[in-house]
Amino acid sequence: MSLFLEFSLVGLASGGIYVLAALSFVIVFKATNVFNFATGEMMMLGAYLFLLFDIQLGLGWGAGLLAALVGSALLAIIAERIVLRPLIGRPHIVLVMVTFGLASVFRGFAGLIWGPNVRQLTELLPRTPLFLGNILIPGKLAWGFLAAGLISGAFIVYYRFSRAGTAIRATSTDQVTAESLGINIRMVFAMSWGFAGVLAAASGIIAGSVNGVTPQLGLVALNVLAVVMLAGMTSVGGVVVAGLFIGWVETIVGAYLGAAWQSFIPYLIVLLVMIVKPTGLFGEQRVERI
Amino acid sequence: MSGPVTTAGAGSGRPAKAFAVSPRLETVSWVLLGLGLLAVPFLGSVYALYMACLIAINVIATVGLNITVGYTGLLSIGHSAFLGVGAYVSALMWLHLGTPLALNMVGGAVAAFLVGLVFGIPALRIKGVYLAIATLAAQYMLYFVFQQWTPVTGGDRGLSLPKIDVFGFGDVGFYYVVMAVALLTTLAARNLFRTRVGRSFIAVRERDYAAEVLGINVVYTKLVAFGLGAAYAGAAGALLAAFLRIVNPDQFTLMVSVFFLAAVVVGGRASTLGSILGALFMTMMPELLRFLLEAAAGPGADMAGLLSPLREIIFGALIIGFLIFEPRGLAGLLRRALGHVEEVEAKAEH
Repeated sequence: MSLFLEFSLVGLASGGIYVLAALSFVIVFKATNVFNFATGEMMMLGAYLFLLFDIQLGLGWGAGLLAALVGSALLAIIAERIVLRPLIGRPHIVLVMVTFGLASVFRGFAGLIWGPNVRQLTELLPRTPLFLGNILIPGKLAWGFLAAGLISGAFIVYYRFSRAGTAIRATSTDQVTAESLGINIRMVFAMSWGFAGVLAAASGIIAGSVNGVTPQLGLVALNVLAVVMLAGMTSVGGVVVAGLFIGWVETIVGAYLGAAWQSFIPYLIVLLVMIVKPTGLFGEQRVERI
Repeated sequence: MSGPVTTAGAGSGRPAKAFAVSPRLETVSWVLLGLGLLAVPFLGSVYALYMACLIAINVIATVGLNITVGYTGLLSIGHSAFLGVGAYVSALMWLHLGTPLALNMVGGAVAAFLVGLVFGIPALRIKGVYLAIATLAAQYMLYFVFQQWTPVTGGDRGLSLPKIDVFGFGDVGFYYVVMAVALLTTLAARNLFRTRVGRSFIAVRERDYAAEVLGINVVYTKLVAFGLGAAYAGAAGALLAAFLRIVNPDQFTLMVSVFFLAAVVVGGRASTLGSILGALFMTMMPELLRFLLEAAAGPGADMAGLLSPLREIIFGALIIGFLIFEPRGLAGLLRRALGHVEEVEAKAEH
């Protein structure tokens, strides 16, 4: 029983990474209606940028972290400007396909620049394990969870109460009305991609400092799709719950059935959600059945 | 708005009408292509024969994906998984039942069709990107099955197949079989879009409500289109298994699916000619890339590490570039090069 509790806590802690990445995904989908398959690659590039600024350019971890987050935001904004902006108004399927191409390009560049092997990041997170009674949680995971929680919390508060967050929400509700009320839609698009870049990078850096970085880091994060589906593609609050749940399921499954099942179960959940409740648990009633 | 109104939009429809060139030239070019393909084995080059087979197999799979993505407007990003289903099923039929290649191919296609329905049914009832996610689920779940169901699939090591001998002609015989299948399936796809069923695919892509009003059962049509795409992949997979004589999980990864998606986009969506051009271009591209890298670095240098990331960059950049600058792909470029002036109606995109 205590073993199960331990696995559960470890799972919840690793779910924190999913929450961050899923927030990155949801904000782009809400504001711009683009289903961003490159979210995982944005995570991976964030982690590599941290490696670049921190160790390879020797800025130290503080400045490196800041530079990596700013760099990821810029990269996301540039990607929006160059790749997504010309496609506004084109069929939906084109917008999805193009993010797939973007993901492939990002992965290729990471492989080209940093090579296929695992790179270790600076140990930002303390290693000392945390004891709750006789339950042990690896230190990196616990502190990573804390960091992810703080960042997500700060972002959600900002998103709810700031002018910028309100503008994004207004745009997601009704683009034409938002525009007529004086909201600069292009600005909102760029901003939401920028936020998505920062959130994904934060998630990637935390994931990378637990397990190291490879160009394939982003592929693992496709599990984030399970989170997003379960929550409903538009629910900011929902992804927090769903992220923790998927993290938990994945760890429990990995512990009792073996690691290979970890890539299987989240997608099984995705299919079940589609059959039972396509809006997800917390999604808006945007889904149209035919 | 004075020009003739084409009902099928910019797609294949009737090349004879869309082309400025005469139908006779089209026929002549098909005949020349056919003669050229007949002559390939007489070049005596094993490499040419190998590449020609690979291209033909990729053409079959790309034509299938184009039915789903290009004509019906359903995004599938797990195409290689259905290729895998076809490959495994046909290999297993061969190993355990000893059935002939033609039957294995049908078996592979039917299996891929059915597996496609398993993933398509939950997704296709709902509008939006759900199919893309369901196909991604198919990609990962089927890979898991291929890799973990060791007693049947052989796990990571996969299945090895005996050498096939068609009518006692060896590799050349197999080449002609592959070519014949590719030709038949491509022709079938081309003609499909002149029938009621094929037109209903396009109608669903253009405006599903309007299609519904016209009496088309949208869900059924989408399912058929998606299943048909998967069946093409299954047939291609069966040929691939017989061709490479080995089936293992790593032949059917997400990157292979991106490859086929890129082939459709690069060649031209909703165009049979585009599928052929796309598959040709995308199959040759990595070979060309390897050749260029070897020429640039000299022999002996370790280029394998560079090849894979470069390929990913080029796949992605081609998808992005063609979507932004030439939505009708190489087929569109070719038509323009042949002096075909675009009509106003042809600007509409799918």
